[in-house]
Amino acid sequence: MDIFIDNYRLYLQALVTTLSLMGAGLASGFILAVPIGLLAIEGPRPIRFLTTIHMTFFRGTPLLVQVFMIYYGLGQIDLVRHSFLWTVFKEPFFCAVLALALNTSAYTANIIKGAVLSVPKGEVEAGQAFGFSRLKLYSHIIAPSALRLFLPAYGSEVIIILKATSLASTITLLDLTGLAKNLMSRTFRPFETFFITALIYVTLVFILTRIFKIIESQATPKGEEF
Amino acid sequence: MSFFLGWGREITLGVFLTIVTALMSLSFGIVIGLAVALLKRSTRNWLKVFGDAYTTVIRGTPELLIILFVYFGSTIAISKLASLWVGKETWITPPVLVSGVIALSVVFGGYAAESIRGGMLAVPVGQVEAAAAFGLSSFQSLFYVKIPLIWRHSLPALGNNWLALIKSTSLISLISMEELMRKCTLAANDTSHYFRFYLIAAGLYLSLTGLNVYIIHRLEKKARQCG
Repeated sequence: MDIFIDNYRLYLQALVTTLSLMGAGLASGFILAVPIGLLAIEGPRPIRFLTTIHMTFFRGTPLLVQVFMIYYGLGQIDLVRHSFLWTVFKEPFFCAVLALALNTSAYTANIIKGAVLSVPKGEVEAGQAFGFSRLKLYSHIIAPSALRLFLPAYGSEVIIILKATSLASTITLLDLTGLAKNLMSRTFRPFETFFITALIYVTLVFILTRIFKIIESQATPKGEEF
Repeated sequence: MSFFLGWGREITLGVFLTIVTALMSLSFGIVIGLAVALLKRSTRNWLKVFGDAYTTVIRGTPELLIILFVYFGSTIAISKLASLWVGKETWITPPVLVSGVIALSVVFGGYAAESIRGGMLAVPVGQVEAAAAFGLSSFQSLFYVKIPLIWRHSLPALGNNWLALIKSTSLISLISMEELMRKCTLAANDTSHYFRFYLIAAGLYLSLTGLNVYIIHRLEKKARQCG
């Protein structure tokens, strides 16, 4: 326990790094995922094909490859190195957030696609029979119904991204895992270090699970059976 | 093979080692997963608590942290034991393949336990009762009724766990095991063609996961047919 007491400032900083990586990655990933998921259903054929490539690539390769490709790979390309892009691409924090965002956008878009396609056909047809426009169909019928299918799956994705932020430690960032690695090799006490760090992650997962339980119960109308 | 800049052979070896590591972790991990799933279903309270604690900790902790812990932890533990044995300070690092496979198996076990438990819950009681009514022994009932049903119901989830495991093998490159990812990093550092070699790594992982998606589909189809 004294490892934690001695280094509580470092732990606090690492916690902030982990949480800001997660927050920034999830927020930008979600903003990307909504149009990608909808275009995967509604878009013209070539666009649909592009969304399939995006989802296959980011879901089929390890996140570590994606992180290294962005951090080491893009920095090597002249176009990136000798332009304004370099000011952001030389920052490991930006590269980590970009990798997380692209990765989670593929998974989240897939969840959105699945949720929208699972909306009962009858509900959509009923809306069409009432003469709803495509936009109104989405906002009044598909979105509320798809949201209930989307939330549980997205809850797991959020937890996966929390754990995925640990890969930022491979590109020099000191997040919780990066700090644990430093402490393990410096203090030669891997057991305590591991248990303290694991406890922090498990607590975060527990809190996130609780938050999603509450949101899910809010999204389900009271007194109705689904 | 000019595209690989002379690293084709090394990378092929890396792919081979990645497959071997993944398969080894799969087999140990399935055993751990089955054991933990049984613990979680146990009627004895402390066994159930242990099973639940195992899956909660493993599934709530980043794999990279577990890999680093097994790597540093095993080094310290074995060195301490060896120092006691010899009587003076000695330093032993176990082979990275061993700590890598242990870490990946432990992680896979945690996820597989949940998948197998889900499969066990999905076995209809009526089928088991029918087996008993037909006079099948508990052993026969296990092999001809329960296991095929558990397999059928847990296969989709286990398939996802397996795909995640293949991708997770890339993490043991960070404890310098020379599998696919590590070989590509070495090649990139040597030739300074970072983008090219990480793209090669991505392509190879993509073919590995693609191939396994196909295999899992075939297995699922087969599991649905029988019975």
